[in-house]
Amino acid sequence: MTQYQLSTGEKKFIGWHLLAAILAFAVGSFFGPLQAFEHAGWDLYPYLKPLIKSYYQGLTIHGVLNALVWTTFFIMGFLTFNVIFGLKRPLKNMTLNKVGFWMMVVGVLTAAVPILANEATVLFTFYPPLKANPFFYIGLTLVVVGSWVEGWGFFMTYAAWRKEHPNERTPFIAFGSLVTTLLWQICTLGVAVEILTMLLPWSLGLIEGVDPQLARTYFWFTGHPLVYFWLLPAYISWYAMLPKQAGGGKMFSDSLARLAFWLFLVLSTPLGFHHQYVDPGVPPVWKFIHAMLTFSVFFPSLMTAFTVIASLEYAGRKQGGTGTLRWIGKLNWSNPSVAAQLLAGILFFFGGIGGLANASYNVNLVLHNTAFVPGHFHLTVATAVTLSFMGISYWLVPYLTGKKLWQPKWATIQAWVWFIGMIIFSNSMHVLGLLGAPRRVPLGLAPYIPAEWNSRLFQVGVGGAILFVSGVLYLVVMYKTATNKQTVESEVEVPIAEAMQDPALSPVWLDRWSPWVYGALALIVIVYGPQLFDMIKNIALTSPGFRVW
Amino acid sequence: MSTQSMHIDAYERNWMIFGIVMLALFAAAVSVAAFGMGIQVPAPEQRVDPRTVATDPNSPWSNPGLREIAPGKYDAYILARAIPKWEYLPNEMTVPAGSTVSFYVTSADVQHGFKIQDTNANFMVLPGQVSKLTITFDKPGTYNFICTEYCGSGHGVMYGAIIVTP
Repeated sequence: MTQYQLSTGEKKFIGWHLLAAILAFAVGSFFGPLQAFEHAGWDLYPYLKPLIKSYYQGLTIHGVLNALVWTTFFIMGFLTFNVIFGLKRPLKNMTLNKVGFWMMVVGVLTAAVPILANEATVLFTFYPPLKANPFFYIGLTLVVVGSWVEGWGFFMTYAAWRKEHPNERTPFIAFGSLVTTLLWQICTLGVAVEILTMLLPWSLGLIEGVDPQLARTYFWFTGHPLVYFWLLPAYISWYAMLPKQAGGGKMFSDSLARLAFWLFLVLSTPLGFHHQYVDPGVPPVWKFIHAMLTFSVFFPSLMTAFTVIASLEYAGRKQGGTGTLRWIGKLNWSNPSVAAQLLAGILFFFGGIGGLANASYNVNLVLHNTAFVPGHFHLTVATAVTLSFMGISYWLVPYLTGKKLWQPKWATIQAWVWFIGMIIFSNSMHVLGLLGAPRRVPLGLAPYIPAEWNSRLFQVGVGGAILFVSGVLYLVVMYKTATNKQTVESEVEVPIAEAMQDPALSPVWLDRWSPWVYGALALIVIVYGPQLFDMIKNIALTSPGFRVW
Repeated sequence: MSTQSMHIDAYERNWMIFGIVMLALFAAAVSVAAFGMGIQVPAPEQRVDPRTVATDPNSPWSNPGLREIAPGKYDAYILARAIPKWEYLPNEMTVPAGSTVSFYVTSADVQHGFKIQDTNANFMVLPGQVSKLTITFDKPGTYNFICTEYCGSGHGVMYGAIIVTP
């Protein structure tokens, strides 16, 4: 059976997304290790002085490019692939999607100018009343709106497909991509309102002040579901692609996988107050309700863990694996795409446990804004997501370019080096946080460092150095692949793990949009509505802007 | 159609039940800590105008510092600021061991944090809002309080100390 073929134009369009993502990764990842080295006492920032003014300018670049730009571009590219390949039809309106993509590119370039000019050293959370140059906010808005436009293109494509196939189940990779897109469109309303009603007019001088507490509330409306926007594309690959790559496996439970995605849509937005447990302006009762909902969103991740591991076990046993755990060794570890994603999944276990600790209401008093938090999200977004995306690119780039993956052995080594570097880095960050070390501080220079932190700070530097090697290796493999003279003999096969049970036999309600969408919106109104209404009613635009960097 | 039903493997059902029970236990644990043991997160205390909070003579933060309100009981009014330099006012306070201190902290400019090392006191400090938490200091020693939110170039040097005397 031959697979559905993407056109050359479609491949190029997806390739542009990946190119933009990888360029952002390249620049941003140069600054990550600089933060880690600073912690260990090897501060290289003074040598960068003519270009980069401070640790915080570097941290802003690292956060914006790695957490926001690399992820968003890779995701929009991967989702475009999933929608086209999954639905086996071209995009309904390619021009619309191209407009969206170029809006995102223009947005990144617009925001890059003030960031590089040290006019927007506000970190990737840009909490007011730190006031950036207006072009920073304009650029971010363009990136978000551009991603919406691409998403509208996906929805139109789905509507057209649905008309052609009224009774079919939506193919899983397209289904997951559409849910991810919708989740993104709902949750980014928060940051859109924050920028358009407060930060942009304020930075342009149209209004005198902002309400920092309300701004934080808008921001975290978007901020937590943002992590699911990063994570769900990796889940799509873990559910529906990785088992096939790992040994010809199948997806263990198609219907529960779909249920998990719906639960993410419903549960991932109405819990943003768990980032605001220690904010003064939010009543504890709402914080507590959001804490309970945060525990509930852990449930679909537990379901994912079961289905993915069961699917991998099926693959391992198909390859002749036996024993309780020995089948793991039979998985296709020599395939760099598999190794990267398996290692990403292993570290995500620990990321999940740390996330539960952060989410645990009063436990957060010990952890809030300590080094534990970046330790945690380097296991999630910087490993579960980033290392999975690297793994995906190890088959997707050859697929798109028709070039052979350069030195698969080096690609596999790259994944392992990331895994080892991240264990050292994130473990020491978690421990530092428990000892009381704050995040976002050049700890190498901080005057209040007790001696017991020093060995851990050194490990942060060592981990950062190893991660830097891995990042460079990834870029070399990508560059050498894109310019490889050796082309693939035949079209690269897209790895798709079929469901063990025919999806057509799964309940119809798992393929109906309206109950889940209305449910998601209703839950948001119930658990955000009263408090947001109260904050907006009592809005105090009393904070003028400051440029204190 | 009767053929369309949710197929759930027995192992998977057990795993899902285990997951729900585990999450319910976690929720119960934080609830007991919050409502049984009284380990609570900050609640809305008071709103202020950040433009005048440091200068208005009626504002306690125009004269920040420690006030003894009863024997062994203190109110600490602390102003966090980035301008003209990154500091807390006051940045040092001394209380005897066994004292109970209520901290009332606000910002005169940007967002700050306030975390007293080796205690449960850790909260955001926002312009326009007053953050309050009450801590009892039983053990003598020096307790650093540090800024935990990025507030500009001097964020990393912003700290103070509570000295608890025997």
